[in-house]
Amino acid sequence: MFTRYDALRPTYDVVIIGGGGHGLAAAYYLARDYGIKNVAVLEKSYLGGGNTGRNTTIVRSNYLTPEGVRFYDESIRLWQDLSQDLDLNLFYSTRGHYTLAHTDAAMRTMRWRAEVNRHFGVDSEVVDAAYLRKALPMMDLTCGGHSPPVLGALYHAPGAVVRHDAVAWGYGRAADDRGVEIHQDTEVLSIELEERDSERAVVGLVTNRGRIATRKILCAVAGSTPGLLDMVGLRSPIYVHPLQAMLTEPLKSWLDPIIVSASLHVYVSQSARGELVMGASLDPYELHSTRSTLDFAESLAAHMLELFPFLAEVKVVRQWAGMADMTPDFAPIMGLTPVRGFYLDAGWGTWGFKATPVCGKTMSYTVAKDAVHPLIDAFALDRFSRYALTGEKGAASVGH
Amino acid sequence: MQLLTCPVNGPRPLSEFAYGGELRVMPDPAVSDAEWASYVFDRTGGARVKREWWCHTPSGVWFIAERDTATGTVHRTFLYAPGSPG
Repeated sequence: MFTRYDALRPTYDVVIIGGGGHGLAAAYYLARDYGIKNVAVLEKSYLGGGNTGRNTTIVRSNYLTPEGVRFYDESIRLWQDLSQDLDLNLFYSTRGHYTLAHTDAAMRTMRWRAEVNRHFGVDSEVVDAAYLRKALPMMDLTCGGHSPPVLGALYHAPGAVVRHDAVAWGYGRAADDRGVEIHQDTEVLSIELEERDSERAVVGLVTNRGRIATRKILCAVAGSTPGLLDMVGLRSPIYVHPLQAMLTEPLKSWLDPIIVSASLHVYVSQSARGELVMGASLDPYELHSTRSTLDFAESLAAHMLELFPFLAEVKVVRQWAGMADMTPDFAPIMGLTPVRGFYLDAGWGTWGFKATPVCGKTMSYTVAKDAVHPLIDAFALDRFSRYALTGEKGAASVGH
Repeated sequence: MQLLTCPVNGPRPLSEFAYGGELRVMPDPAVSDAEWASYVFDRTGGARVKREWWCHTPSGVWFIAERDTATGTVHRTFLYAPGSPG
C-alpha cells in the first residue's frame, strides 16, 4: 500500500513527526493543496498504531464553545466526501448521537449546547424521556435504580462512526501517491535548534536511522507530545492519562445510534461487524503507558448493564488503552510555538479522531504559510500565558 | 489488585487513593505574569520519576509518592514536610 524507502533523504522541506491520522492528513494536504512534496512522515512504530487506531471512531460536532463548534463542524463537512477523495471506503456511517442527561444540571448543559450548535447551523436538539422511550426502546431509562434516571438527551443527527484504521491508510496512501515519504519504525531521538534573528529555530533532527536537515517540523504525536516538547525545551500544560476502551463479541445489529452518558462514564456504538465499541472516562492518574486494567472493564461493564441489562451474557473480547494528551480547558493546542519552524498539533486528549481532516487542513496551511489558520486561532499554545482559555467542556469523557 | 503504601495506613488497594497531581513549588507571587501562568498551567509533561500528591481517601491522609510515570512503579511514599526537598 505504501512505498518503502531504504534510507532517509538528508534534507526535507517539512518533517512531520507522527504517522497517525493527523500527521498523514497534514502531509496529504501539504502535497495536494500547497504543492509541498519534499515531506517525510516519521512514525516510531507502525502507521495509525497510536490514538488513531485506539479511539472509539465517533465523529460529531455538538461541542460547547463557538470556536469548538465551528472547528469540528468544518471537520464533519470534510468527512462527507473523504472516501471519494482518498479513493478508499472509510465506512463513514451517520448514526445519530445521543448524549444522555441524568440530572437537571446536565439538561441545562444540553440546552446550552443545543443553542450554541443551532446558532452555528449544527443540527442538535434537546429531546425528553418520552422521545427516548420511543427512539431507544431497548434502553432502561431508570438505569435499574442504580444511578439517577435518564431525563432527556442532546440529540445530534450528524453523529457518525468511521473505520479509523482506514483513515490512516487512506491519508497515508494518498500522501504517498503524491510523493510524500512515509518512514515507519523511525523514532526521533533529538531535535536540533539554532539561534536565528534572536529566536530559537529548527535546523534538523536526529532519528534512529540518521540525521535530517529541515527548517520545519510538525509535531503530531498525541500522548508523546510532552517528550517531544522536552527536546525543544518547551513547557506546556499537557498531562497524559490513559484512556481505555473495550469491545464485545459481534452481535446482530440492534443499536443504530451512538449513546453517550457522561454521568455513567459510558459511550457505546455498534460497529459494522456487530461488535459493541465502548469507552469510559480517563484513568484517574498520569501514566505514559497503553496498559489496560480490570478495574476499567468491571466498571464500564457495570454501567453498560444499568442501561442495557440484557447484555449480561455478552462477552468482552478485547480491551486496550491510548495515551490521551489532556489540556486544562479540554481544547487542543495547535499552531505556532516560540521555537521558529516547530509547529504543534497536540492536546488532543479524548477528542482528536473526529478532527483528523480539519487538523490536516489547518495545520498544512499553518506550516505552508508559517501563519496560523483562522479556525485554530483560539487553540494557540500562548493562550495559557494570556489566561485566555477556551473552556471546551463538550469533550468526550469529561463531566460537566 | 494494585497496592499503594500510605505512610500512615500501610499498603492499601489503589482504589482507596485519589491522585492530587504533580508536586509544584509556588514561586513568589511577585514574579511576572508569564512566570505565574507557567506555574499555574505548565506541567512536567514527559514520562519520568515524579513527586506527586496522593490522598488516602478513607482516612484523609495526603502524602507524597515518588512514582515512575512511564511504568506506574512507586519508588517510595512519605508525608510532606514543608521546607524538605518535598
